[in-house]
Formats: sequence, structure tokens, C-alpha cells
Amino acid sequence: MTDLAQVPAGGPAGDTHQLPPSVAIKGVRAAYGRIEVLHGVDLVVPPGSVFALLGPNGAGKSTLLKVVSGRMRSTGGEVLIGDRPVGKTPTEKLVKSGLCAIPEGRGIFPNLTVRENLRIWTYRGGLTVKDVEDKTFDTFPRLKERRRQMAGTLSGGEQQMLAISRALVTEPQVLLLDELSMGLAPLIVAELYELVGTLASQGMTVLLVEQFVTTALAVATRAAIMVHGRIQQEGSPKAMADAAKQLYLA
Amino acid sequence: MSNFLQYTIFGIMLGAGYAIAATGLVVTYTTSGVFNFAQGAVGMIAAFCYWELVSAHHVPVLLALVIILVIGAAVAGALVERVLMRRLHGASAERPVMVTLGLMVILTGAATLIWNPTTERSVDNMVSGQFRLVGINIQYQEVLIIGVALAVAFALRALFYSTRTGYALRAVVDDPELVAMSGVSPNRMSQYGWILGFMMAALAGVLLAPTQTTGIQIPAMTLLVVSGYAAAIVGRLKNISVTFAAAIGIGLAENYVINYVLPHLPENLVPDVTYALPMVFLFIALVTLPSVRLRAVGRLTTMRAPRVAGGKESLIAGGVFLALAVVAAIVFNNTDVKGTTLLTLGGMVMTLGIVGLSLVLLTGYSGQVSLCQFSFMGIGAFIMGKVAGGGSVLGLLAATAICAGVGALIALPTVRLRDLYLALATFAFADAVATGFFNDGHVFGVGGVTIGRILLPGLSLSGDRAEFLMVTVFFVLAAWMVLAIRRSLFGRRLVALNDSPAAYATVGLNIGFTKVAVFAIAAAMAGLAGALYGTVQGVVGTTDFDFFPGIIFVLFVTIWSIRTVSGAFLAAVSYVALNQIWPNGVGLFAGVGIILIGRAASGVLGIEPFQFPLPWVRRPTSPAVGPAGDLVAPSALIGGETSAAS
Repeated sequence: MTDLAQVPAGGPAGDTHQLPPSVAIKGVRAAYGRIEVLHGVDLVVPPGSVFALLGPNGAGKSTLLKVVSGRMRSTGGEVLIGDRPVGKTPTEKLVKSGLCAIPEGRGIFPNLTVRENLRIWTYRGGLTVKDVEDKTFDTFPRLKERRRQMAGTLSGGEQQMLAISRALVTEPQVLLLDELSMGLAPLIVAELYELVGTLASQGMTVLLVEQFVTTALAVATRAAIMVHGRIQQEGSPKAMADAAKQLYLA
Repeated sequence: MSNFLQYTIFGIMLGAGYAIAATGLVVTYTTSGVFNFAQGAVGMIAAFCYWELVSAHHVPVLLALVIILVIGAAVAGALVERVLMRRLHGASAERPVMVTLGLMVILTGAATLIWNPTTERSVDNMVSGQFRLVGINIQYQEVLIIGVALAVAFALRALFYSTRTGYALRAVVDDPELVAMSGVSPNRMSQYGWILGFMMAALAGVLLAPTQTTGIQIPAMTLLVVSGYAAAIVGRLKNISVTFAAAIGIGLAENYVINYVLPHLPENLVPDVTYALPMVFLFIALVTLPSVRLRAVGRLTTMRAPRVAGGKESLIAGGVFLALAVVAAIVFNNTDVKGTTLLTLGGMVMTLGIVGLSLVLLTGYSGQVSLCQFSFMGIGAFIMGKVAGGGSVLGLLAATAICAGVGALIALPTVRLRDLYLALATFAFADAVATGFFNDGHVFGVGGVTIGRILLPGLSLSGDRAEFLMVTVFFVLAAWMVLAIRRSLFGRRLVALNDSPAAYATVGLNIGFTKVAVFAIAAAMAGLAGALYGTVQGVVGTTDFDFFPGIIFVLFVTIWSIRTVSGAFLAAVSYVALNQIWPNGVGLFAGVGIILIGRAASGVLGIEPFQFPLPWVRRPTSPAVGPAGDLVAPSALIGGETSAAS
């Protein structure tokens, strides 16, 4: 297993620990059949940053994450993780080399128990069942109580905890999060985003897609707004918060 | 009492064999979402290979098992997944059914070419000898089969519930994309599923081969594990333990019925009931048990529907077609092909074309998969032969009306079934009718049923030319009717029903009525076609409407295009022509054809160069973006707008 290319540039001067790779999206186009939804997206997620991608429904945010994680082929442009192009690499290979994508909805297997779900996370390599269970149950004690339960019978918040535990235990270098807050109570959303902040501080490049602007920008170090399959604006979280207000209230 | 115990042991043994095949089906389904209709055919091939190796070439049993199971079945399973199944992601729901049926007819076709069906081949028990226990004789072979089935069931349970690979195998059916996101290749998991499924089918075939007292036969071995299908349905296609228990239960029930019920029935019914029993079990399981949510292969998509000809256009095309038929009747009168006149063959094409049209209406427009149109055709021919001395207008009317009734009767219990379940129910009905009814000596008998030409006052239809023209007129009328239905309010409802039954019901329309109505119309068309087929042929018998030809014909219609009138016609042409040229190879052509067509929903005619062959037909302008196809606005279903389609 080879790790995603390390990118030394971009970090603060004198920083001795290795930075996670950047994610560079260059002129990416993607289509569902004949309908193009990404019309040339350019975006660079700096190494070690938390990048929030905002935008209304149907802007193409989730599609972009699908392309970055190898779940969908782009029809033009390229995606580089570090200096390695994603190209036609299958998702499972990207995952094994350090990418973690938590999809929209619930990224769990509903017909497996909590424990069985956790056991599947060990496919990432170098992980033991004990590592995975200890780390997950320490962070989410509620999942320990429900470890023998079918994941599909958990509450929405618990399901999302289980889903994000994959990012927690596999310690990826690049984390892609799609609408983590979908259908959840604000308190749980806050709890989950706190975890995202903790994960990011441990050194990983995070690209998150979110409609909850304030929640996402609270943890983000950089942000962009996407509309109609194009990046409309990019800047600091503060600047994007203002821009988002304009966009949603205009 | 000792008899009862004897029957019980044999029943459990039979059930154990079914259980192996059924759990194989469940494994394949849970890992790939595809129900393998070829499961029985794989078992049949394994049984014949076993006979070839052990009985004909005296290869040691263990070596033969390694060659068949570990090498043959595993490699074949892996290849089938890689070459045939992986391409079907995102295809319409009926396509995996058609492709696995295609595989079934390829395997049976190939077996017929390799192993001459007239030769008797009996397979010896793997282990000989027997012992006595509580007053009954138990064969070691019976113990072996039960033991192997238990071992397989426990091994599978351990694999699925105690190993990481097992979790991934179970997970892949829920969300293959998420499996990939967890670092596992979903394709590899599906491939494991197919390998396991094939190995278990082969194991069942090899173990059950010695139970065939009259020697192994291709159709019988292929359909032997159909009882396994019923068990898999009871296990809701996912629960291995329930499937196993159900298979044992079915094995016992089958054996008890054969030994306790059949002796009280009239003697002539005994073989009919025996043969039809597995299918009856399957049918009962399907209509009584709740269906599981079928795994959607891919996402919900809309596809470009073939253009529906307008009223004027179809009148002109029908007129041209009739004119060409008149020319053909004049030119080819008295031309023979291998002892059959060309016009008789043409008449067969037209009648089979009507059956094809019934499939266009039923499957192409409304998405109801039916594998039993040949059964209605056979019933139609039988009625035609029995009413008013054969060959009368009354017979024609009776065949049509009775088949409509039978169609409605079949549709009633299956109203809630869709896709795979409907395919299985019609599969069961087709085989039950073929083996239990058509095969009965009192139905078609040894020499078949004689059907004369229709007598009309003042019109002679005794000549081949008049007969050919008459059935051509019927074909054109049927085509006009199918197209008119498609253009009508009812036609829009059929398309809407196909797209989304839930949405259909929420508009306030009655799913049950629509389904029963379209089934009845299609069955009536097939019944009429059968009656006409009888008048063309003069004598019809069991083989004309048998189970396998019925499946093969559905495949031909799907290959050409199950959504167009021309597809139905070309399917009939290729079916009749290939039957003349190479009767044993028809199945091979159909199987290979459906595999090559793969996921193209509209068949050969849906492929771009074939779509608009007529120069005077204007290609409709389609929007550059946005969904295209059979979209129907809800208001158009109630009877407001004319159509939002095409």
C-alpha cells in the first residue's frame, strides 16, 4: 500500500511534521448521461486545511465529491490528490491509500450490526478490530451500548456517528464529508462538527460540502460557493459567510 | 410406519439437494442482486460432466469432483460475473432475468449438442451400500447428501456471520459504493458470490444425479432444482437458514404428495402432477409470501423510448405490409423449404408475431415480465382443436375469450408481484402448464391435435395462399391494436404503471385493474395466435408450445426490441427461420444474442442506426438537456391532455 503523495509545500515555515496532501481540482466537468452538471470546476484545497464548499441544492457539490473520491468519472479536467491524478483509480484503491469519503445520507450498512460495520472499516489496512472498536466506543459510548444492534435500527444521529467513526479510526490523509448535518438535530450536528474540528487539527485535508452555512464555516479555514456547476466565489470563511447571505437572501 | 420413515428419509435427502442449490441462489442474489435462472442448468451441466468423467472415462470420484466443482464451476462463475453480469449495472429490472435465462438456454443448447438426448445415462451413487436403522433401509448416498448439505449450510453461515469477508459479502448488496469507500472492491465481492453460487449449483447437480432412476435428462435436470427456487423465495432471497429449512420442507412435502396423494388420483394424472409439483410450490410461495424489496440495480433513470407510430402512419405501414404479403403470396406460392411450404412458414411467422406483439404490450409498454405467453398460445390451439370439430370461427372466438379469462386468473394472484417475482411466477406457470397439462395424453396426445382451416361462408381458406393472407391480416390488425392502445389513455397508464406503481396509485388509479386488464388482453392475443397457428400447421402438439421454446421466443423478442412492433415481427422471423435451419442451435442463438445486447433496453432496433429506418419518418427533435422518453404528465393519465410522451 502506498500512501497518497506527501506535499511539503504550503505549510508554515519551519513546520517539521509532514503535511497531508492537497486536493487540486482543475477544470473538472461531469455529466449524468447527456446532462452536464459540472461545467469546469477549479478549486485547490490546501494541505491540512478544512475547506467548506457551500451552495444551494443542485449546484453540483455532491457530484464534485463523487468525482474526487473516484465514484464518478469526470468528462473533462483532472483531480490531483497530492501530485497523483485520481483518473480512473477505483474508489477502493484511493481509500487504501489514505482517502476517506463519508457520503450523503448515512454512510453505514443498515443490515449489519454496529460491530460488523466497524469490522468492515478494518479493510483500510493496518487496523485491528480492537483498535477500531476501542477508538469508536471511547468517542461514542452510545455506540458501545448498541454494538449488537442492526445499524439500520439506530437513530439518525447514532447512524451518523457510526458513519464518521470510519474517518476517526482509519485516520485518512484526505477526508471528504457530504452533508454531515442532513436530517439531524442541531445539537448532534454541533457534536459531529466538533469532532471534524478535532480530526482536522490532527492533520488531514478536509473538503466538506454543507448547506448549514454557519456550522460549516465555524470549522472551515477556507470556503467557496458553488452555483450551477461552477465555483462562484472563493475566500476566507468570513468573506464567504457574507457572500452566502447575499446568495440565499438575494 | 416404516414406509413413512422411508419416505421421510428420501424427502429429507431430496430437500437437502434442493437446499444446496437454493442457498447458492441466495448467496448469488445477496451479493450481486441477480437471481440466477441458470442455476438449474449449471447443476445439469455438472451432472453430465460428472457422468462423462466418472461413468464414461472412469476418473476417480474425488478427482472428478475437484475438476467439476473447484475448477469448472468456480472458473465459470467468475467468468459469468466478469463477462455477463458486471455490464448490467444500471440496466432495467427485467434485463438480468433475460440474461440469466439466456445463459440457461445456452447451457441446455450446448448440452443437447454435446450429449445426445436419446442416449440413456445413469449415474451411480457416489457411495454404494446401505444400512438398516429402526427398520428402514438407509442408503449411504442419502446420508452423504444430507451431511454435505448440512456442512455447506454451516460453512456458509460461519462465512457470512463470523468473517470480515462475509460481512463485506452481506454489505455489498445494500450499498456497493459504500463498500468501495470502505476499501473493498464490490466487484470482487459479487464475483465471490457468483463463484459460490455456481459451485453450489454444481454440487447439487452432482449429488442429485443418481436419484434420477431413468438416467439424467437435460430438461429434467435443468428444472430439478426449481424446488430450490421456491425455498429461496421462502427464505426471502437472503436468509440462508430459512432457505435451508424450507428446502427440506419442500423435499418432504413433495415426497409425501407423491407417495400418499398421487395413488388416490386417476392414473393418467400421476405423471402430470409429479412433474408440475415443484412449479406449483414455487407459484404458491410467490403468491402467498410477502415479496422482499428488490434490490434496484443502479439508479432510477429514464430512457429514450422508441417512437410510437401515429394513426395515419401505422395505417400506411400496415397497408404496405399487406401489399408486400400479397406479392409474397403470389411469388412464393408452392415454394418449399425442407418439405414445408414457404407460405406455411410465413403463416407461422405472422402468428408468432402476434405473440410477440402481446409481449410488446405486456412487457414493452407496461413492464410486466411474462415468460408464459407460449402457454396461452398452447391453450388457444388446444381450444381451437376441441371446439366445433376444429378450425371454426367459434373456436377462434372461444380460444381468445378463454385465454383472456385464464390470463386474468393468473394476473389476479400476481397483481402485487413485479419484476423478478412476476418473472418467476410466469416461469412456474409456463412449466407447470407444459409438463402438467400439455404433456397429458388427453390434451395433445401422441399424434397431436388436428385443426382444420377456418370455414367461412363464400370464402375458401383451404389453400396455403389464402391462409397466409388471412393470418397476415390478423397480424396487421393486432399491430394496429397494440399501437392504438399505446396512443390511448390506457396506453399512457401502462407506461406510467411501468415507471412507478407507487406514483400511479397516488394519482388515484387502480393498479390491480390495469394489470389484470393488460394481462388478459395479452393472454387473449397469445390465445388467438395459438388458434391461428393451429390452422396454419394443421396438427399441433406438445413440442410446439413447450417450456424452453417459450423462453427462447421471449429472448428473441427482447433481442430485437420488446418495445416495438417491428421487434415482435423480426423475432418471429428469426425464430421460425432458425428453427428451419438449425433446430438444435436456436437456444444458442437466443442466449448469445441476449448476452450481446446486454443492457440496451430497446434491443437491436433501439441501437441508433436502426431507430429511424424509414426516410419519410421525421426524427423528433429532442431537447439538448433534460430527460427524454416516456414521461407522462399525471394529468394525461386522468384523461385531460393527449400526451406528454415522446
